[in-house]
Amino acid sequence: MTTTTATAVTAPGPLGRAGNFLREVGLVFAREISPELRVPIGLILGMLQPLVFLVLFGPLLGGMPGLGGSHWQWFVPGILVMIGMFGTGAAGYGVLVEAGGGSLERVLVTPLSRAAMLIGRTLKEALTLLVQGALITLLMAPFGLRIHVAGVAAGLALLVVVGVGVGSLSFALALAVKRSPSLFWAVQQFAQFPLLLTSGVLLPVEAGPAWLAAVSRFNPFTYVVDAERALFAGDLAAPAAGYGALAAAAIAAIGLALGIRGMRRATL
Amino acid sequence: MIHTRGLTRHFRVKGEVVEAVRGIDIDVEEGELVAFLGPNGAGKSTSLRMLTTLLPPTAGTAIVAGCDIRTDPLGARRRIGYIGQGRGSGDQFRVRDELVFQGRFHGLSRAAARRRADELLATLGLEAVATRVASTLSGGQRRRLDIALGLMHRPELLFLDEPATGLDPHNRANLWEHIRRLREEHGTTIFLTTHYLDEADTMAERVMIIDHGRVIADDTPERLKADLAGDRITVTVGKGEAARAAEIAARIPTAHEITTGRQAPDAAGPAAAAPGRPDEGADTVTFRVKNGPAVLPELVRALDAAELWTVAAEVRRPTLDDVFLALTGRSLRESDQEGA
Ligand SMILES: Nc1ncnc2c1ncn2[C@@H]1O[C@H](COP(=O)(O)OP(=O)(O)OP(=O)(O)O)[C@@H](O)[C@H]1O
Ligand SMILES: [Mg+2]
Repeated sequence: MTTTTATAVTAPGPLGRAGNFLREVGLVFAREISPELRVPIGLILGMLQPLVFLVLFGPLLGGMPGLGGSHWQWFVPGILVMIGMFGTGAAGYGVLVEAGGGSLERVLVTPLSRAAMLIGRTLKEALTLLVQGALITLLMAPFGLRIHVAGVAAGLALLVVVGVGVGSLSFALALAVKRSPSLFWAVQQFAQFPLLLTSGVLLPVEAGPAWLAAVSRFNPFTYVVDAERALFAGDLAAPAAGYGALAAAAIAAIGLALGIRGMRRATL
Repeated sequence: MIHTRGLTRHFRVKGEVVEAVRGIDIDVEEGELVAFLGPNGAGKSTSLRMLTTLLPPTAGTAIVAGCDIRTDPLGARRRIGYIGQGRGSGDQFRVRDELVFQGRFHGLSRAAARRRADELLATLGLEAVATRVASTLSGGQRRRLDIALGLMHRPELLFLDEPATGLDPHNRANLWEHIRRLREEHGTTIFLTTHYLDEADTMAERVMIIDHGRVIADDTPERLKADLAGDRITVTVGKGEAARAAEIAARIPTAHEITTGRQAPDAAGPAAAAPGRPDEGADTVTFRVKNGPAVLPELVRALDAAELWTVAAEVRRPTLDDVFLALTGRSLRESDQEGA
């Protein structure tokens, strides 16, 4: 190499490898978030479905026994988890579009760390989910949702952890289906509905038959939903909150592991 | 700059193995401009994807810009630029933002990336659309953006997969001008694929022809044409005289592929008939030969000596399509259509 054309060969900066990795995550995140800052279409689309449930399904819970005081206090925390499962769970579709068009390929040939590509994208999904969760919470306050500031903050933090996991899993799925959107949606729906229905977001699982309650105990989202309800009730010390945090951390760890593995192996 | 040995890639599609690339050996030195020419499905993009670390080879080795693509893909990625066959820009991103991010992905500082982006926006005529989102660009503008993206970090080795697709003649010329300047000013090594015959012919110093996953020829366009195809001479003689004319043509040492044909009356216009003779059509003899322009006067003299009337004579220099035809028995143009 006698020429001096490669001005861009990256030397590890003053912050070293870890600093460079964070810089790369930041770059990917900044690129992903830039269109959302102009037209927050992803943010809005992700909120439509939960809003439908809040408007058309929430009122049916009005007289239900076993929900505690206000049915909103019971229903809204679950709906936040549902946004994570459905909205964030669809994030991988964006990667499919990128793979089909050629821009993913272009970025994969840069020296950017593959893990940074995954984590930067995931953080954008998690932030979107946080904003959606905060908006729904504020929106529901006038309808009788009591806001315990510390509890809501903890609940939203838990939601972000779940968002990291679900977003990464969705990316992992998108990278695994090799440019087939129909396969992506099929697997996604196949996983989502059972997880949603057995997690007790819509109706209390305890009210159903014993086998369903037993099944729901194997669903990590059940623990997350229980934790969100405890936190939104202001009960930060509840055991359910601890189990939920563990479940959320497990979802995030598995999601990140699969997502990073998928991105590292991505061949187009 | 590029050294491959037995580079191979198979795909498994519905239980069947597609041998996209079958053991190719490539050696490209620093500063070369090489065109990879072949019909659709020949394996051009697959080869490029392996060389750019996007696709692991099924077998074989490749050293790209001094880095083994299997053991040091990151090293290779730092040194190469890649302009793929698809659209490199994301739909919802702004043109200038995409360029700046691409520069920063390659380790440029924010200021350097912005400066470089503005430079490329100007050279590629994209200033007017710099703040638009990529999805609103025309096909040709979008292609120019792809090219700008590949040039952001001034790579020492640049891969381009069908770079001129979708560009109008003016922008094609601009692109080539830009590529020429990259080489002159920075000594950039360029490896591109194309199925534009004229482009490979006039621009590349070296053409590798690939067909069914194998490199079947590798030389300068001039030598390929001279060695593999040769010039084509067509002489028009009087009616019924083709056989004798062909005999005379056959005495020329390098003459081959001699064929005779017939022209209907009027077919070639007034020139087809000898002066003072009724226009009753004419016969033609066509053959390939080395150094046609020097052979033709000799041939006409020989025909004269044999008292054969030469009505018209033509030398056609070969194209790379003739080379492909000579090598495979198929025309590149036809292959393209059936593949597409
Ligand atoms: N991901 C893939 N899965 C299965 N088969 C593939 C894949 N990519 C390429 N192929 C097959 O490999 C062969 C070579 O394809 P390739 O894209 O390399 O051709 P090409 O020379 O670039 O053609 P074109 O001029 O059309 O771009 C084709 O038969 C193609 O169908
Ligand atoms: Mg191709």
